[in-house]
Amino acid sequence: MSLSAYLIVSAVLFCIGLAGVLLRRNALVMFMGIELMLNAANLALVTFSEAHAELDGQVAAVFTMVVAATEVVVGLAIIITIFRSKASLNVDDARRLRH
Amino acid sequence: MTIFVFWVAAPLTIAMAVGTIVARKVVHSAICLCGAMVTLGLLYTTLEAPFLFVAQILVYTGSIMMLFLFTMMLIGIDRRESLTEIIRGQRVVSGIAIGALLALLVFTVAGAVSGGFGNLDEVNERHGGNAQGLAVLLFTKYAFIFEALAALVFTAALAAMVLAHSDQVRAQRSQRGLAAEKLQQYAATGANPAAAPGSGVYARTNSIAHPALLPDGSVADNSVSAVLSERGVVPSDVELLPILVAETAAEINGTLPIAGGA
Amino acid sequence: MYTSMLLMESGSFTLLAGNCWVLIAFPLLVAALLLLVRMSDSWLYSVGVGGVGVSFGYAVVLFIMMLGEPEPITVQLYTWLSIGDAEVTVSLLIDQLSILFALLVAGIGTLVAIYSVGYLSDEPERRRFFGLLNLFIAAMLLLVLADNYVLLFVGWEAVGLVSYLLIGFWQEKEVAANAAKKAFVMNRVADLGLLSAIAVLLTQIGTVRFTAVAEQLGAVGGSWAGVVGFALLLAACAKSAQVPLQSWLLDAMESPTPASALIHSATMVAAGGYLILRSLPIYMLAPTARLAVLLIGVLTLFGGAWMAATGRDIKRVLACSTTSQLGYLMLAAGLGPVGAVFAVFQLLTHGVIKAGLFLAVGTLTRRVGRSDLQGLGGLVKVLPYTFVAFACGYLATIGVPFLSGFYAKGHIIATAWETIPAFGALAVVGVGLGAFYMTRLLLLTFTGTARWQEAPIGAETSTETGAENRQPLRGSVSMRFSLTVLSLLALGGGLALNGWLPGWLQPVFAAEVSRTGLLYFDWLNYVTLGLLFVVVVGTVIYYRKVTPIWFKAASTADEVALVRIGAAELYADDALQRGVVAPLSTVSARVSWTESEVLENGARHLWRVIGRTSILMRRLQSGNVRTYVLLFVAGTAVLVSAMLLWAWV
Repeated sequence: MSLSAYLIVSAVLFCIGLAGVLLRRNALVMFMGIELMLNAANLALVTFSEAHAELDGQVAAVFTMVVAATEVVVGLAIIITIFRSKASLNVDDARRLRH
Repeated sequence: MTIFVFWVAAPLTIAMAVGTIVARKVVHSAICLCGAMVTLGLLYTTLEAPFLFVAQILVYTGSIMMLFLFTMMLIGIDRRESLTEIIRGQRVVSGIAIGALLALLVFTVAGAVSGGFGNLDEVNERHGGNAQGLAVLLFTKYAFIFEALAALVFTAALAAMVLAHSDQVRAQRSQRGLAAEKLQQYAATGANPAAAPGSGVYARTNSIAHPALLPDGSVADNSVSAVLSERGVVPSDVELLPILVAETAAEINGTLPIAGGA
Repeated sequence: MYTSMLLMESGSFTLLAGNCWVLIAFPLLVAALLLLVRMSDSWLYSVGVGGVGVSFGYAVVLFIMMLGEPEPITVQLYTWLSIGDAEVTVSLLIDQLSILFALLVAGIGTLVAIYSVGYLSDEPERRRFFGLLNLFIAAMLLLVLADNYVLLFVGWEAVGLVSYLLIGFWQEKEVAANAAKKAFVMNRVADLGLLSAIAVLLTQIGTVRFTAVAEQLGAVGGSWAGVVGFALLLAACAKSAQVPLQSWLLDAMESPTPASALIHSATMVAAGGYLILRSLPIYMLAPTARLAVLLIGVLTLFGGAWMAATGRDIKRVLACSTTSQLGYLMLAAGLGPVGAVFAVFQLLTHGVIKAGLFLAVGTLTRRVGRSDLQGLGGLVKVLPYTFVAFACGYLATIGVPFLSGFYAKGHIIATAWETIPAFGALAVVGVGLGAFYMTRLLLLTFTGTARWQEAPIGAETSTETGAENRQPLRGSVSMRFSLTVLSLLALGGGLALNGWLPGWLQPVFAAEVSRTGLLYFDWLNYVTLGLLFVVVVGTVIYYRKVTPIWFKAASTADEVALVRIGAAELYADDALQRGVVAPLSTVSARVSWTESEVLENGARHLWRVIGRTSILMRRLQSGNVRTYVLLFVAGTAVLVSAMLLWAWV
């Protein structure tokens, strides 16, 4: 079995995540879409690591996880702030950056 | 074994991912995402990345999903959102863009690896294990990036605290300030600075719809809520006065009537 | 005590001269103070006069010390510009020439300041006047003391600016405002010349220092010296109001009379002459340019006299006479080193005489309320004191023996005769003309019957000459003091300078001057004096007959072409109007048309295109995060495909 299958899964996951970001209006779901995209990238990295028999790809995946974690922390904080002022999670409601 | 796990885990992952973005309730999305993370971890095991498998489950399902759930709890868990699109053409153009991107990715990235599985086992063995091998790289080759990420995490934590902190909108009112305000209003408009009379001062019941009566037997309008007066559930003094007279007489006689009610 | 001890010491000159920037800085400071700070009258007068006075005192002390120690001193303050090899420093040069000019400037400046205390006592804006006066002194001293052309140019510009401000002192008068603008624009012609000269110097020899220029320019080649010479001549022509660029000076008479006395007769207009004198070594390398200086000098000498002889306003006649006298200066400067010495002589004596004349006229116009000759006459009884002062200036100007003008002009005539006899002869004729117009001025102003009516004190007088004549003003002590000093100098100055000046200027011009004896008369002097006598007597007789009907006959006099041209001030304004202003107006009208029709329309169309495009583009900025993400994704996809295609092809 070829490693290409993993990469195709990764590509599909990425596009699903992207669809989540593009089509959903709930900020939380959009965030989940972003998480999916990051994970897709991780999968690709790990696959490459396997293909080249080097651990660097896995290290990169670890880094991605850390970045994802920080991004979620900040992002959720922003969501809470927006919710506090707009009482809504709909990103279309937040099209004007003012109170 | 690898092929088996892949063919179980990969479709599951994709299904979960689709579920994440199509679920109408946020909680369902979150649960689907958890599932996707776990199955992704399974995929990692087939790629000889046991450390990442563990980290995936710990970091994503353990902490990141927890954060999502916390946020949902803060915001309200049972919100349903409509899935109708309001931006014109967003769905169509998005569909085209996503399709194009998928084609591009499959066309380029999928063809990037030609061979089969490599010998990552040997590399892991050389360091005495996958985790050890990663550690060696983290603390030697990628030490600087590691430190930079530490700074990033620290900054993000700080940023989250700053963002989530809410400022007091107006100054806290003190007892003294309130009193002063009331007296000022009294001076200006003649509004009664004292507390409004409570309801049912002479009432037999503790109903809030029961108004207080003034010494002359008339109803004190401000002793009951304006809403209740509007609804018409507050009895007028014409209704109340006979009852009051009867009750007073009964009190003097030592016998309280059983019947009544407003 | 300390100061006097300093004076005794031998090194104190170096110390004093080393700090000669104080000469410029002090009036500058006072000017700033006066222009910015409101103060009471007593402060105003003491500060205003004091600023100039301190400079004058400093200059006098420097001068006295230089008598014993004639070595010139260069004081380098700092390096201003350093461009490649060329270096421009801010440095001052104290030598025999510059100290004389500093004395003249600061001296007349002080006297004019004292005079102005009385003259402007009812002028509400007098603080501004005194501020500008001090500013002018600072600028003029900078011009005179500069040791290179660039620094001189700074002073040159500054005096031009102050001149502009003072001509337009009564800016509410349209005539004054226009005259100020005219002077300013004409001064730009001078800038053109001076800047071209500086540019040539910088590019060709890389230095602009007076002491180094001539030598190095000689090494470069003769033609460049000629170019510099002509450029400097253009500068001097415009600044010193030489024919054909004289018309601004006549209009400049709109300034308050003390300012006219100081700036537009004694000092600033002499700056052109000073420039030529300073550049004498360059002119010695360029005979053609020197000849041009001579020709301009003679032309101006006659042109000025012509205008003066037909002028109808006392101030304008004096301005014409200034032009004419400066023509003598240019003529002398063009004659070479010996001539240059007498050019300095002429400059100094003319400055003093003309300042005195102007101040006398100032007293007169304030008293009478008008300055046109038609409305004067018979003033000798009304203003005897002023008449005496004016007469002193008059006698000195026309060249009565032993007075200032006599020596200066006599020497110039003699030198011209020796160099080129034709110019000498013309100069003699010029003296005759000078005698004619000055006598005419004197007669029409002071003798005959009064053609004016005394307005009662306190009443508004005729607005004929504008704001200058708010109320009739009788001469005050300060005005009389200045007039007296200047008259005495006009009478005796020439006598004092005659034997001493050539020797004093020997280090500067290296001139061999022979005839400077106190009582030296040669045949040329006798010829000149004879002509003078004949002209004066003839004029007196003529005007005794003609004056009563002169003004009725003014229109018939206009039929004589000579008079008509002179009265029209040689048609300089018309020539400018037709030759420069009208073509420029046409061109600018075309340019303005192009601007409004072509450029503005183009801009309007461009604006429309941009506006519509941005209305379209604005739709992209919907504020929808998801739209942005979509655009971002689509863009990335397009970019990546493009890159792939590129790699594939």
